[in-house]
Amino acid sequence: MSVAQLVKSFTLYEFVKAHALTLKYFFKPKATLNYPFEKNPLSPRFRGEHALRRYPNGEERCIACKLCEAVCPAQAITIEAEPRADGSRRTTRYDIDMTKCIFCGFCQEACPVDAIVEGPNFEYSVETREELLYDKTKLLANGDKWERALAANLEADAPYR
Amino acid sequence: MTAFFQSLGMSFEWAWTIATICGILLIALPLMLGVAMIIYADRKIWAAMALRRGPNVVGPFGLLQSFADGLKVFLQETIIPSAANKGIFLIAPIVTFTVALLAWAVIPFNSGAVLADINVGLLYVLAISSLGVYGTVMAGWASNSKYPFFSAMRASAQMISYEVSIGFILICVVLWANSFNLNDIVLAQKGAGLGFVNGFWFNILLFPMWVMFLISGMAETGRAPFDLTEAESELVAGFQTEYSSMSFALYWLGEYANVLLMCALNATLFFGGWLPPFEIPFLYWIPGFVWLLLKILFFFFIFSWVKATVPRYRYDQLMRLGWKVFLPVSLGFVVLVSGWLMFTRYGA
Repeated sequence: MSVAQLVKSFTLYEFVKAHALTLKYFFKPKATLNYPFEKNPLSPRFRGEHALRRYPNGEERCIACKLCEAVCPAQAITIEAEPRADGSRRTTRYDIDMTKCIFCGFCQEACPVDAIVEGPNFEYSVETREELLYDKTKLLANGDKWERALAANLEADAPYR
Repeated sequence: MTAFFQSLGMSFEWAWTIATICGILLIALPLMLGVAMIIYADRKIWAAMALRRGPNVVGPFGLLQSFADGLKVFLQETIIPSAANKGIFLIAPIVTFTVALLAWAVIPFNSGAVLADINVGLLYVLAISSLGVYGTVMAGWASNSKYPFFSAMRASAQMISYEVSIGFILICVVLWANSFNLNDIVLAQKGAGLGFVNGFWFNILLFPMWVMFLISGMAETGRAPFDLTEAESELVAGFQTEYSSMSFALYWLGEYANVLLMCALNATLFFGGWLPPFEIPFLYWIPGFVWLLLKILFFFFIFSWVKATVPRYRYDQLMRLGWKVFLPVSLGFVVLVSGWLMFTRYGA
């Protein structure tokens, strides 16, 4: 051990230096957000909770083409369809198993009518597993609830698609 | 206080007993409250140095976080492993906790304000702090589980190693103060530094001793750089692995009471205890226990600061530091200090 090293180790030079550094950080502004009260900005492309959208006149967009069901890599989507009384083709069942979903966004990419979308909501934790098996009612309700944000996000992202 | 209870018409024995119980409560209850707040402070300081916010939701600025944690832990089930030695398993946290409180009996909070003003106060502190390891060893053995057992082995070796050098450091202080009584040691520090600074730290021979005492204290209480007994990346949670509920909480309380005791000892032995830091008359207007409290908080900040800065030592490094650096250096300083005092104070 050289003399310089010996002096350094006995005067705790490196420790003092490290402590000066941590003291500097002690007074720095905090890097973390105050989460439930403050939130990070989200990209319009953010893929959160799913929603089924409607047209402005209240008609549901989904035409039961089953492209989302086909493309879904996790096979989380189940669709059953029948012609309605007025002859238009609609889903009778549209289920998403949120415990299977991997939030890849392929369903919204596949959708020709922008019916199934992934919204900006990511705070939908529940207390039982069954509540995560979404059906058509739940998805349409999501769509009604988030329509303004969904439409705004789609419009913001439209130039890049 | 004994005289006060005697004036109420009690016999001396009864008055003394009640006065002592009052004294114990007067120390133990604020200490428990202090431990709760100091756990919060520890988390806040640690968080701030990692650029995090720390607990800030329960109560104003999160001040009630420790009480919320305590309540949560209190409501949990106490799980006793079927293979554990039930009696020892349950006694172990009580031992840790009790021993952590015991040593506070000799810490002077103001001139003469000490629960047990015994002449071998420092020996008592050494003896009690050596007992502290029993709680850990008992827990590790009684859990009948692999990692707690490793932790107990580590704890016993670590605490014995550092107690040796702590003993030598304390001998230096005792030599300089000429007393084992903690109150006398504090009084001996009055103006010890050039007649102006109260405390042994302002002394070229005793300052290195203080640094070593601080580091040994961290090793003795199993704090951050030396927390090998509960090294979570190696031993799950060390000797606490099998504990839950209140028995787990008792370990936490005991650990932090021990840390506060080490801070108090640092303050008492090297920084003038309840004396103000400098020999200025108007500083004496502030009562002594406030100074002691401020010094304890200062040292606790250092403990937290170190925890936030230094990574954990490897076990062989810990042993090397204890036996091959601290022991010879502190032994050398005992010779140096006694030689110096022999020439200057006793004129050999």
